[in-house]
Amino acid sequence: MTEVQTAPVPRRNLELLLVLLALCVGGAAFYLVGSSTEDVDNTDFYVQMGILAALSLTVHVLLRIFAKYADPVILPITIALNSLGLAMIHRIDLAKGTSQSARQLLWTAIAIVIASVVLWAIKDHRLLRRFTYIALLLSVVLLLLPLIPKLGVTINGARIWIRMGMFSLQPGELAKITLSIFFAGYLSSNRDLILMAGRKFGPLQLPRLRDMAPMVIAWLLSIGVLVVQRDLGSAILFFGLFIVMIYVATARISWVLIGALMVVAGGIVAGLTMGHVTRRLDVWLNAFDPAIYQAKGGSMQIVEGLFGMADGGLFGTGLGAGSPYRVPLANSDMIIASFGEEIGLIGVAAIILLYMLLVSRGLRAALGSADTFGKLLAAGLSFTLGLQCIVIIGGVTRLIPLTGLATPFMAAGGSSLLANWIIIALLLLISHNSRRPKTGGVGPTDEFASASTALTSSTKAVTKK
Amino acid sequence: MNHAIKRVWVALTVLFVICLGGLSYIQFFDAKPLSENALNKRELYREFDLPRGAILVDGKPIAESVPTDDGQFEFQRVYHDAKTYAHLTGYYSLANGTTQLESQLNDWLTGTSSDLLFDRLSAMFTGTRSEGASVELTIDGQLQKTAFEAIPDDLKATIIVTNPKTGDILAMASKPSYNTNLLAVHSTSQAAQNLKDISNTDGLSPYRNPAISNPVTPGSSFKILSTVAALESGKFDMETPIDNPVSVNYPHSTAKMNNFNEGICARDTRARLEFIFAQSCNTPFMEISQTVGKDAFTEVAERFGYGQQLSIPQNVVPSEFPSAEANEAQMAQMAIGEWENKATPLQMNMAAMAIANDGVIMKPNLIGKVIAPDLRVIEDPKPEKFSTATTPEVAEQLTELMEGPVVSGTAMNARVPGVDFRAKTGTSQRPSENGVRMVNSWMTGFAPADDPQVAITVNIQDVDYNTGHNTAGALMKTMLEAVFNK
Repeated sequence: MTEVQTAPVPRRNLELLLVLLALCVGGAAFYLVGSSTEDVDNTDFYVQMGILAALSLTVHVLLRIFAKYADPVILPITIALNSLGLAMIHRIDLAKGTSQSARQLLWTAIAIVIASVVLWAIKDHRLLRRFTYIALLLSVVLLLLPLIPKLGVTINGARIWIRMGMFSLQPGELAKITLSIFFAGYLSSNRDLILMAGRKFGPLQLPRLRDMAPMVIAWLLSIGVLVVQRDLGSAILFFGLFIVMIYVATARISWVLIGALMVVAGGIVAGLTMGHVTRRLDVWLNAFDPAIYQAKGGSMQIVEGLFGMADGGLFGTGLGAGSPYRVPLANSDMIIASFGEEIGLIGVAAIILLYMLLVSRGLRAALGSADTFGKLLAAGLSFTLGLQCIVIIGGVTRLIPLTGLATPFMAAGGSSLLANWIIIALLLLISHNSRRPKTGGVGPTDEFASASTALTSSTKAVTKK
Repeated sequence: MNHAIKRVWVALTVLFVICLGGLSYIQFFDAKPLSENALNKRELYREFDLPRGAILVDGKPIAESVPTDDGQFEFQRVYHDAKTYAHLTGYYSLANGTTQLESQLNDWLTGTSSDLLFDRLSAMFTGTRSEGASVELTIDGQLQKTAFEAIPDDLKATIIVTNPKTGDILAMASKPSYNTNLLAVHSTSQAAQNLKDISNTDGLSPYRNPAISNPVTPGSSFKILSTVAALESGKFDMETPIDNPVSVNYPHSTAKMNNFNEGICARDTRARLEFIFAQSCNTPFMEISQTVGKDAFTEVAERFGYGQQLSIPQNVVPSEFPSAEANEAQMAQMAIGEWENKATPLQMNMAAMAIANDGVIMKPNLIGKVIAPDLRVIEDPKPEKFSTATTPEVAEQLTELMEGPVVSGTAMNARVPGVDFRAKTGTSQRPSENGVRMVNSWMTGFAPADDPQVAITVNIQDVDYNTGHNTAGALMKTMLEAVFNK
């Protein structure tokens, strides 16, 4: 863990500049959307952009106070993506006469406020290590919530929602954070045991079962619940998170190979035995078959998305000038197709580059982090973000079967927005801790570590009973 | 650990690049095939979001695109007097496709016609929306309305009024009809259901304009052509009487051709063409068909339009005169408009047009002019000759002969005082229904004789003889009164 440390510079002014740039991009998109779709009611534009700007600058100021050395690129990218998403949702609203964008803006506000609270309350990510097993428990609760009668609701065949008053929430979105915390905490404590103990089996080093037990339980639980809830996208996401975090912890490629084998085996079994998975595969492979196109829950959505993107071509129809609203779920699952149609290949490639950059900055924070927990957590969270993008974009482009994952920060949907903003807050904190000047006195790593070890072992004892 | 994190980064980057590749493939390399995919309705959707040109009659729209906020498309196609014009306009529907003039005039109405290239270019640069051109029809709104309303609702009938000097179609109305607005609704399920309901109506197909797409036996109205063939052959003339037996055996057959038993043909066993034509006697045409010969007969039919391609601009189904496979008896039957001799109402109208216009048929046409969105006239079709059906002399003789039915023969019930109307009737046999002999009733003619203004054809299908005969006469009379303000 030797890192070349550059001289610590806060770089908050750069961030401010980039945040303003991001707001300009989002504002321009928002304005274009309105101006080319008949008469614009400009109040909409000013109110929404005003709120977004105020929220963004609040986070920026909070960073100046609590995480001065945080990565200066993460926040601007997030704001750019979030405001582009808002613009597109608003655009679909104008075409369909819905009012999803107001809701999305409200959720953005909630998400940013909660992310700010996270920034303020946690300050140092190592604090989270104390909650390793609480995070596991929380994950279990979050994943099980939708199965509770009355509370849980089934939408589009997946029982992953709970309804609270007028809001519906997808608790599974938050579970990816709690699971990351658990995996990071557990692996950072038991990494050595997993690495050293156990039997060698050919080229593979198998860990002792009891070292792996909590991990396996966590994994089985999440996968099991997701099979019951019929949410393929999240199952892939959790499984990927699990594999990658073990890989990062152990640096053993064998884990990835085992994981890949399990995905293939699981995929074949699911494809053969589970109706909705078979259907997904059929829709994917034979999307252009007219019978499948016309079938209920058939390939109409993805094929219309492809037609839309083909319509957009290299340069796009221009914001507000295409007809992305012809595609079902144009403002959520298919939002990338909507962008592809209206800002063309060039625009959508820019969005993907933003995602790549965001994920890269997250992984950079992981590299720079001085503690194992921080490394694992940052890597896990960044990977979650990246994998989500890839699974949904791959789905929309028919590279893989389409699953209902949210496109981070852009797709309409509050839970995902909230969860992803919390991830951003955590990444900012970790990057702050990895980049800030190391003053000898403030090296609480060991204290923290020992404290949390005590905590984890006691919790472990409890869980063993 | 850092090594592993870097590898995770590499893996994610590779996956992102693959996604970019997928997007490039769809949006660039595969974009054209995708946009041409049969399932891709975006081109059509775009059309539905554009203001489509109107179809006009007397300067007023009978089909127009009206802005709508139904959330699906920006415009709704609306038809005025929908049933009156249904068989002309057809409909413009996402679910049911586009038919009749809406389909034939599509390039103009959408503005994609090459005549509108300049308008499209300027729309592109000025940022305005390109609009389609409007098409004014030759139809006379009042005549069309009169014709449609005159037809009794329970009959399958068609009325055509044309100007024989120009070929302009002034009225073309048929019943049963349907409300085109029901098929243009945006809800695809609703539109499909309405199409089903309409298609279940007896004698009604939203895909066929009865005036031009339903060839049926023309019966004695075909004798206009047979008489032309007789006179052109030089072997018959106006003066020399022809044998007119009550019945005659078909060649090599015991079956007989009879004269119409309710007429007065039986009065003379030899008669001049004038009497034969006025009373619509059949038996002389056995001799005529044999004397004229197959080739000359076929040639006459073709000159009148049989077997010819014609678009008005709706495509007219060619009428049939299958002489090649006919024996002598069948030729004789075809000479009186039976057997496989099949004519559309428009074909029989063209027969009247030919006689009215000195033997020359002007091409029947519905397009008055095409008007660009800026009111510039971009197309103003001039009258075109369709064919020379016969000589002016023979046409003159036919004009003379066609007075008989109106004055003293089968078309007396259409007579309007003060209008010199010339016509020929027809009654072709149809299978009996419930013991009642069914017929197709025809009357086709023109007026006034000295300077023909209109050629009018009435056709009633699958009707009992009396209703058919009486209604055909009454409809013709109504139309003559309407045309000449009597």
